[in-house]
Amino acid sequence: MNRLTFVLRRLALTIPVLWVMTLFVFLIIHLIPGDPVRTMLGFRATPENVATARHQLGLDEPLWRQYVDWLGGLLHGDLGTDLISHAPLSELLSQRLPVTLELTVLSMLLAIVIGVPLGALAAVGNRRARSLTDGLVVLGVSIPDFWLGIMLVLLFAATLGWLPPSGYVPFSDDPAGNLRYMVLPVATLAAAEAAYILRTTRGAMEAVLGRPSMTYLRAKGISPFRMVAGHGLRNAAPTVVTVIGIQFGVLLGGAIVVETLFGLPGVGRLIVTSINQRNYPVVQAGVLAVATLFVLVSLLVDLVVAWLDPRVADGVGT
Amino acid sequence: MSTADGRTAPALALEDLRVTFPSAQGPVSAVDGVSLELRPGEILGLVGESGCGKSTLANAAMGLLPDTAEVSGAVRLGEQELTALDEKALRRVRGDEVAMVFQDPSTSLDPVWTVGDQVAETIRAHRDVSRREAKERAVQLMKEVGIPSAEQRYADPPHRLSGGMRQRIVIAAALANDPAVLIADEPTTALDVTIQAQILRLLDGLRERRGTAVLLITHDLGVVAQVCDRVAVMYAGQLVEVATTEQVFAQPAHPYTEALLRAVPGTGEPGSELAVIPGQVPDLSSPPAGCRFAPRCPFGTDACATRPALLGNESGDDATGAVACWHPRTPRARRQEVTAS
Amino acid sequence: MSVTDLPDVAPVAARPPAKRARRSLTIGLVLLGVLVLIAVLAPVLAPHDPDTVDPNRVLGSPDGSYLLGADDFGRDVLSRTIFALRVSLLVAVSSVVVATLVAVPLGLVAGYFGGWVDTLVSRPLDMILVLPALLLALSLITILGPGSTVAALAIAVIYLPILARVMRASTLVTSQQDYVLAARARGAGHLATMLRHVLPNSVGPVAVQASVLTGFALQLEAALSFLGLGTQPPTPSLGGMLAEGRDVLSLAPWLEIVPGVAIALAVLSFLLIGDGLRRSLDPEGVAS
Repeated sequence: MNRLTFVLRRLALTIPVLWVMTLFVFLIIHLIPGDPVRTMLGFRATPENVATARHQLGLDEPLWRQYVDWLGGLLHGDLGTDLISHAPLSELLSQRLPVTLELTVLSMLLAIVIGVPLGALAAVGNRRARSLTDGLVVLGVSIPDFWLGIMLVLLFAATLGWLPPSGYVPFSDDPAGNLRYMVLPVATLAAAEAAYILRTTRGAMEAVLGRPSMTYLRAKGISPFRMVAGHGLRNAAPTVVTVIGIQFGVLLGGAIVVETLFGLPGVGRLIVTSINQRNYPVVQAGVLAVATLFVLVSLLVDLVVAWLDPRVADGVGT
Repeated sequence: MSTADGRTAPALALEDLRVTFPSAQGPVSAVDGVSLELRPGEILGLVGESGCGKSTLANAAMGLLPDTAEVSGAVRLGEQELTALDEKALRRVRGDEVAMVFQDPSTSLDPVWTVGDQVAETIRAHRDVSRREAKERAVQLMKEVGIPSAEQRYADPPHRLSGGMRQRIVIAAALANDPAVLIADEPTTALDVTIQAQILRLLDGLRERRGTAVLLITHDLGVVAQVCDRVAVMYAGQLVEVATTEQVFAQPAHPYTEALLRAVPGTGEPGSELAVIPGQVPDLSSPPAGCRFAPRCPFGTDACATRPALLGNESGDDATGAVACWHPRTPRARRQEVTAS
Repeated sequence: MSVTDLPDVAPVAARPPAKRARRSLTIGLVLLGVLVLIAVLAPVLAPHDPDTVDPNRVLGSPDGSYLLGADDFGRDVLSRTIFALRVSLLVAVSSVVVATLVAVPLGLVAGYFGGWVDTLVSRPLDMILVLPALLLALSLITILGPGSTVAALAIAVIYLPILARVMRASTLVTSQQDYVLAARARGAGHLATMLRHVLPNSVGPVAVQASVLTGFALQLEAALSFLGLGTQPPTPSLGGMLAEGRDVLSLAPWLEIVPGVAIALAVLSFLLIGDGLRRSLDPEGVAS
């Protein structure tokens, strides 16, 4: 099987996943027990208000009709309307999504920059290096990210005053200011991630370095550095990238908490506020946006893994 | 003993090589005082059952054993004393002057590197050449070892090649820097019988064209019969017999060699039964004091409690071989024993 | 056989697995035991009522009576932490127990029978994993409303597919073992074979995973409560306490430090138990 076939097949597999997701997101509003419109508007709403909102949401149509209309809207970039501000949600999300994307991508990059080299070093290191990284990993994974964030604020914002405790300016308005606001959220989100990536890299590297092909490389006169960097890391890469893809989902979840903590206007914070305001269409659109992002990242990761390990596209066991 | 008679210097010489591993039962003597010479341009078969120490011997010669192994004796590659070199100096020798081919190409080769790059890598590890030069040279080598449409195969990962083709890649990488010595550790064991013959013919052809000396390690006497000039037989860490291939097959001198031959179908006398060697390989953490084969030997006597030396004319005169036995099975060897004592 | 030819490569840095497994397990169990004891004995141990408001003590620093200080309603932080630990542990443990009880039979059946049964069980479960975990929890909370019961349920739903996968994978291996085939050959029925031979030999990895997930469930519950979507005030919860104390962070940092340390210690205990179980089940570290 060639690479093009693999890419096409993997793309085709994404479609049913996206479809199931739309179905799930669509159902959120319909699974709410009782009358969602009443819940949304509260008990003081007049019957007219309720009827208007019901019509606005299309809830007076049969269920299948509502779904088809909604899905049709999605395909045209129409995500629905904010019940409170009456603004189109596509506009709202186009402002919020870049913030979440910046936060998660920067965090992942930071985690990779820390985790991969340390993991590789730990794999070739002595017993002390291993115990040290074991400790770092346990610490990074045990500490809840939002608590770490609070502690970072306590230290760097409240006590030292080096960085702002919360807030945001768009990168396009003030790049330096944007990055200043991003330092603490990114560090918060990246800490546990770096621990995971470190552990994964170390494990994958240890497996590779234990292979017979390493003796073969020694017999060819290859230097230890090239054995570790050229062959070890290269062989560990598909495993590490796979885990990075899975962990990106965790990061998107963490972003919900971190955005709330640091007052970043991302999709995560939007979802949380909207749940509290019972602004269900916004919750729907936000969940759909983040979930779609995750599906696309998973797709990208699978393609990268196939490119890194030629056995994947050929369907050969590893 | 033969005297020096103007013969050429050996390509690889082992002198009283000993390897000991620590174990829960005490030190295990895996290789015990082996002296052996590999001459330029010859294929020397090193034969023995699995566990007899032949692979350990090969790894010891290459300096590939883990630090826990205790190695003594000398390994001379041409004029160089390899056991005196540190890891860095050894690295310059390995893959350049002496190369190695392992049993299973699918575990030797890096699964995510292209096969061509793995050949080129060996060149660039030892020669200061550009990426392009290395690639061109790698393609040439791939052609030389009989890989069809080598230019296209260059960019393939190992799994797209058959087992035989993969072993050809390993051999191409081994030959990349035109080594004087090639150590091939069971190079055909993981392959089909028909492919085995092709790989052996390839090794034979390379020896002829390039004059590379080959130490061919195998448990398979059929492989020995096909390509080897001389044979060294190993038992429980010791060398028991060294002779030309013809001699070993026609007139085995050591009872172990004889037993080994009888255990191979189609090599014994017509109508003879396929024999199984009775008894067990000795525990190498406490081996028998004398001849290590004595407990299993049908001809063993009290004399065998003392270790027999490897005696005989193992190098100069091809009419005779060398054998380590108090009761050798052939008159030629028996005469050697008399003259020696 | 006395000695084999040297394997191509010496095993990488052999570690003493049994010792490390014992150490992890012991520390984890002792730590968890202490935390559980504190949670169970909360009414006895707590020096004050966790909900009593004392206007004179608002944001009071730690002192002899209020060992860990007071919060912005003048409630005793130590007492609230002790009661919050109770809620958090209950939510975390019950969610994982529920998920395990559902996941084990599903994974067992999927792995044992394979084929279309496997597809029928595994595909829908895989679909749950399409959504990032916290997003799924938020969706369920949107539907069912906030609260600790819903939080526990959401966490259970998130972990169900993970645990079922582990059980399935482990069952796949066990089902091919000789003793299972022998039991079938002796005429044992599917149900008897599964329950008597496959199940007991397959649940090990699930126990490892469940114990690690309990630690993460604790974190998830705290995160949800921090967002105001888990345990609802005035019931004290570790995440809720962190949210309450955030606005007065520089005035009363003890409000943030105490619950956070409690969460980290509880998570650590479950991770250590999981690590110890894994090492004792899989001394070579193959499955990690």
